[in-house]
Amino acid sequence: MRRCAGTRTIGQSWDVDTPTLRSPRHRVSRTAVWYWASRAALGWLVIVAAHVFWLVADDENAVSLTAHVTALVVTAVAAVAHVTVMPRWRYRVHRWEATSTAVFTQAGWFKQEWRIAPVSRIQTVDSERGPLEQLFRLANVTVTTASAAGPIKIAGLDRDTAQRLVAELTATAQATVGDAT
Amino acid sequence: MIDPVEEPVWHRLSPRMLVVHPVQEVVRAAPALLGLLVAGSSSGGKGHLWSIAGVGVMVVLGVLRWFTTTYRITPEHVRVRRGLLTRKVLTVPRDRVRTVDVTSHVLHRVLGLARVEVGTGTSERRHEGRLKLDALAAAEAARLRVELLRRSPVTSAEPLDSTPPAGSTPAAEHELARMRPEWVRFGPFTMSGLVTVGVVAGFVSRLVSEGNVDLGRVGPVRETWRWFSALSLPLEIATVVLVLVVFVSVASTLGYVVAFGNFRLTRQAEGTLHVTRGLLTTRATTIEERRLRGVEISEPLLLRAVRGARLSAVTTGLRAAQGAQRGGSLLLPPAPREQAVAVAGLVLPRVSPGVRDGTGDGTGEAAHDPAVSPVTAPLTAHGPAALRRRFTRAYGVHALVLAALLASWRWAGLPSWTWLTAAALLPLTALLAADRYRSLGHALTSGYLVTRWGSIVRRRVALECDGVIGWNIQRSFFQRRARLATLTATTAAGKQGYQVRDAGLGEVLRLAAAGTPGLLDEFLVDARPTPELSANSM
Repeated sequence: MRRCAGTRTIGQSWDVDTPTLRSPRHRVSRTAVWYWASRAALGWLVIVAAHVFWLVADDENAVSLTAHVTALVVTAVAAVAHVTVMPRWRYRVHRWEATSTAVFTQAGWFKQEWRIAPVSRIQTVDSERGPLEQLFRLANVTVTTASAAGPIKIAGLDRDTAQRLVAELTATAQATVGDAT
Repeated sequence: MIDPVEEPVWHRLSPRMLVVHPVQEVVRAAPALLGLLVAGSSSGGKGHLWSIAGVGVMVVLGVLRWFTTTYRITPEHVRVRRGLLTRKVLTVPRDRVRTVDVTSHVLHRVLGLARVEVGTGTSERRHEGRLKLDALAAAEAARLRVELLRRSPVTSAEPLDSTPPAGSTPAAEHELARMRPEWVRFGPFTMSGLVTVGVVAGFVSRLVSEGNVDLGRVGPVRETWRWFSALSLPLEIATVVLVLVVFVSVASTLGYVVAFGNFRLTRQAEGTLHVTRGLLTTRATTIEERRLRGVEISEPLLLRAVRGARLSAVTTGLRAAQGAQRGGSLLLPPAPREQAVAVAGLVLPRVSPGVRDGTGDGTGEAAHDPAVSPVTAPLTAHGPAALRRRFTRAYGVHALVLAALLASWRWAGLPSWTWLTAAALLPLTALLAADRYRSLGHALTSGYLVTRWGSIVRRRVALECDGVIGWNIQRSFFQRRARLATLTATTAAGKQGYQVRDAGLGEVLRLAAAGTPGLLDEFLVDARPTPELSANSM
């Protein structure tokens, strides 16, 4: 096998006909873009509020007004960039798919991650809706297996899809015997 | 179903625990009590009275523990009730019992007691999920251990009598390994003594700070210090190093003997592996073989230098081994590497030799040699890109440290020898990176996924493909540029996930596809000019 390892490391030519993973079929709900944007905006709002509070409360002018304004402007620019770019980007990279045999997701932009779990090994299927998610009629689905290393989370599904997915997966998972370890 | 008339009664722990519990509580609170005593009496107060009151409270609490803890074993469940203010009932279904751990500390042994800990298949890492009976009479504990793990062997996947080597008569207990006196030579290399040094140093510093003990006034210490101060700097350093090395070696060796003395690994007729060890504190772990998903051979750098290795089990229901002796999954203490490999071969369920080698290129040897063991099979190297990545990562970290040291030398007045030392260590980083690359490897052989990594502690894990639940494939930005990926095989056993780091993406996918046949097929595409689904598309 060492010999094989040698030939394999020489060139990248073997890379040509190697299999690659295709992307999962489904995108999350389009509304998720707005959900992510508003969630990020809320987070930034807290920071801006802290800034403003500091500006108002800072009576002794320990920091000059220009410094305050610069900090605010920098925060605002970063916030706008984050709120506009992140949700779209996330929408493009988050994908999911559930077949009769497996659940398959893709996520992450700097660290890309694919997760695959067989339906036969599913232990729990949870769906969760936070207050903000409820506002946008969204839900996320978490699929856990017996391994603590591999829960699969699909965020930003619209509520009906999430319900259908949960029902489907639960039905298939129940049909399999054994304790799935 | 059981007859409701025969509802088992709630048992109490051994009455002898009325003695042990208070002592345990007092020992647990000893540092605080000692501090109270010393601080109180040295400042002229009533410290001793306070500590006596403290001891009294602890004794009462300990006695109460016996009265509040009860357990019962029904045909379906093991239940433990405990707690004084918060009552708590722990229930474990009998068929979820994976491992049973029987431990006797010194005090337990004097009184003929043993603590029983039941491991279940839950993947939760929190401590509370484990069911503990502290403690029962030793005989009762042994009986419980056998009873909890006894069940119909029909479900057992592998026939038991296929595994003992030829020539041995099938007995109720079959010995696989036993401690040999010459293994003690690995003791100094386990570095477990470092912990002892830390504990002693911590204790001394606490005594000095809390008890206002002036070490300078103690005669021998002052003499030694005077002699030490008279030495030149290099000699001082040499002395410190020498003393540390000797102390750590002796402590490690003692620790090794105490922890692993009387070590025995046996296979019981009911399909369990049984590990007993310890001179003072005896510990007996029973692992259900059906739950054994693989083994891990770990070789810390020092141990590797003397061709030693230790072996632990990758199994559901036991937390992964930590350090040289903690964790119940230990199968062989630091011992000659060949021994670890041999024991691994005995412990792993035999697999059909015909299993296809999924790494593609490696098929040849695996198919021809039916006896290829996952612990010795040659591994596929990860290629030059992985090697480059090891170097960039090692030097990246080193450069960061160096820059930080330089900056704090320049602006924060850190002595210059810090960054000089860091700079002098640059070649060492290269060695580390090279060794980290050398360790990297993977294989898929006779139904096992094998992966190896690490330099400071090199680990080789053989994980049964049946035990693999799913796959995570990770590619960071840099990995994508280097066409590498990290594959994590998720499992319910051991560390819950085992990684094949920085292998080519195609190789990773081939490995995953072969490890769990059929699972990946519908998601794979050939990266040929005309992309086509390789298998049935939904």
